[in-house]
Amino acid sequence: MLRFLLTRVSLLIPTFFGMTLLAFFLIRLVPGDPIETMAGERGIDAARHAALLVEYGLDKPVLTQYGIYIGRVLQGDLGKSIITQVPVLDEFLALFPATVELAVCAILFALLLGIPAGIVAAVKRNSWFDHGVMTVSLTGYSMPIFWWGLLLIMLFSVYLGITPVSGRMDVMHYVEPVTGFLLIDALRSEEQGAFRSALHHLVLPAIVLGTNPLAVVARMTRSAMLEVLGEDYIRTARAKGLAPFRVVAVHALRNALIPVVTVIGLQVGVLFTGAILTETIFSWPGVGKWLIEAINRRDYPVLQGGMLLLGGVVMLVNLLVDLTYGIINPRIRASR
Amino acid sequence: MASTVSTSSNDTVPAMPGPLLQFWHAFAANKGAVFGLVIVCTLLLLALLAPWVAPHAPDETNSAAFLLPPAWQEGGSATYLLGTDAIGRDILSRLIHGSRLSLSIGVVVVLLALVVGVTLGLIAGFYRGVVEIAIMRVMDIVLTLPSLLAIVIVAILGPGLVNAMLAVAVVVLPHYVRITRAAVISEVSKDYVTAARVSGAGTLRLMFSEGLPNCAAPLIVQASLGVSSAILDAAALGFLGLGAQPPSPEWGTMLADAREFVMRAWWVVTFPGLMIVVAVLAFNLLGDGLRDALDPKLKR
Repeated sequence: MLRFLLTRVSLLIPTFFGMTLLAFFLIRLVPGDPIETMAGERGIDAARHAALLVEYGLDKPVLTQYGIYIGRVLQGDLGKSIITQVPVLDEFLALFPATVELAVCAILFALLLGIPAGIVAAVKRNSWFDHGVMTVSLTGYSMPIFWWGLLLIMLFSVYLGITPVSGRMDVMHYVEPVTGFLLIDALRSEEQGAFRSALHHLVLPAIVLGTNPLAVVARMTRSAMLEVLGEDYIRTARAKGLAPFRVVAVHALRNALIPVVTVIGLQVGVLFTGAILTETIFSWPGVGKWLIEAINRRDYPVLQGGMLLLGGVVMLVNLLVDLTYGIINPRIRASR
Repeated sequence: MASTVSTSSNDTVPAMPGPLLQFWHAFAANKGAVFGLVIVCTLLLLALLAPWVAPHAPDETNSAAFLLPPAWQEGGSATYLLGTDAIGRDILSRLIHGSRLSLSIGVVVVLLALVVGVTLGLIAGFYRGVVEIAIMRVMDIVLTLPSLLAIVIVAILGPGLVNAMLAVAVVVLPHYVRITRAAVISEVSKDYVTAARVSGAGTLRLMFSEGLPNCAAPLIVQASLGVSSAILDAAALGFLGLGAQPPSPEWGTMLADAREFVMRAWWVVTFPGLMIVVAVLAFNLLGDGLRDALDPKLKR
């Protein structure tokens, strides 16, 4: 297991360095130099410009600059936002829990609905339920989530008036941020109705963000389940006289879940991108909205740092998924 | 003599169906795929005939008809079947013209990704070692943050339709590279490639006339599924204000304009998204059908 862990981790290192290269050089593609960008439309006089170039180390050769950049990144220094002058890492850490809370709820929504639906569809293959699940999941898979979000807002917030349109909680409530996860903080606090309000705000965005993963999970569970149900050991289990429910829920499900876990892991990258759209629609104060605002304000350090941080998170999650995969399926560990 | 033989064989034994016909039978057996094909063809026709089919010009405004509801709703008018937007443009006409944009986005992005991706994949598959590792690592990085990378690329190059297409093409590249490389690696060791090599075929010839045809089936499938994700990604960029710029009738861009009318004009919000879903769904159905018909091995 240790060997497996080490090979996996060593594979990440070149990818991470590649990502820093990408983040570093992509920003260099911006027309004009960073000082001019920072000065914006006000412009800047030549002497001050030269002084700032030296101050930020921008007069040095590009490779030296990259070396300095890498050194800083490894120490956790991702630069400061041009607009707020707050370190990028601090801003990210303050907003990240909101995104994680949203993403976790979206994944839970996808799993709690997708796995049972996939199982039933596989067991009752070619029934109306199966066809229904497949149709709905293909539609969900093809759904532009920004439009889906607007539709749900129109239906539930505007027409029925049961959910709020934006934000994480009503302004009349205040909860001391301890964990940053508002649901948990609200439960811990004494504030009446805060949890309810937080939950109300979370439902629509979580459904919107969870729709794509839901479709993928349901399809994947169904096909994995169909494959496993055709195996000999399932027939043996049935022949032994085990209850059909036990055969499906215990014998088949365990093996069918392996590909599902992989798919969920692959969804994490997709999920963060989805979060950018979802957060924009629902004004959810997370890293996705933060990045879009950075783009609109041409705040390049935030863009550069945010991309690197999100990329790092995705890589870590993929690593965790690989490890879980090794745990639930020992064959994988042995074969590598 | 010869003629009698041929007529008698025609009468008794039906001719073996050609590969195309076989493919068509396999494809036509899948109702969803045929449905997808019909919608794709309809969209293509709409796009080709847009100036003649659309009742109005896409940017024609009517100051007497701001936010008019669809014809069947109270206050709607038969001149504007699906209603008008905030500056009195006919939504139906904009949607029809938008199909031109979305379809060309899908096709251009996929062609771009195919050409570059296949080339990189062939190179990685034929020259193993450092070149392969370098190419595949870069693809891994792109795969880590697919759409965010697209957003960042557009943010840096500047918003616009061309840059958006470029960004989406970069982001979908890894799929084509991986498919081609995997197919090449499994083909290269086969006897027919060795035979070609022994008979003096150069590397380029080996790549393009021996290797490439054998990766065609998965590439065709990926390409048709790729059109749908290209349409979706480009629409998302348009929605974020990074893709096609207003007043362009691109569906995602139309939705971005429509956001502020969520409270009072459902038609402005509903129809452009519906077009995206229909187009994306159609290409997904078509791709699934192609996959099942072209290569039963790929069927999951």
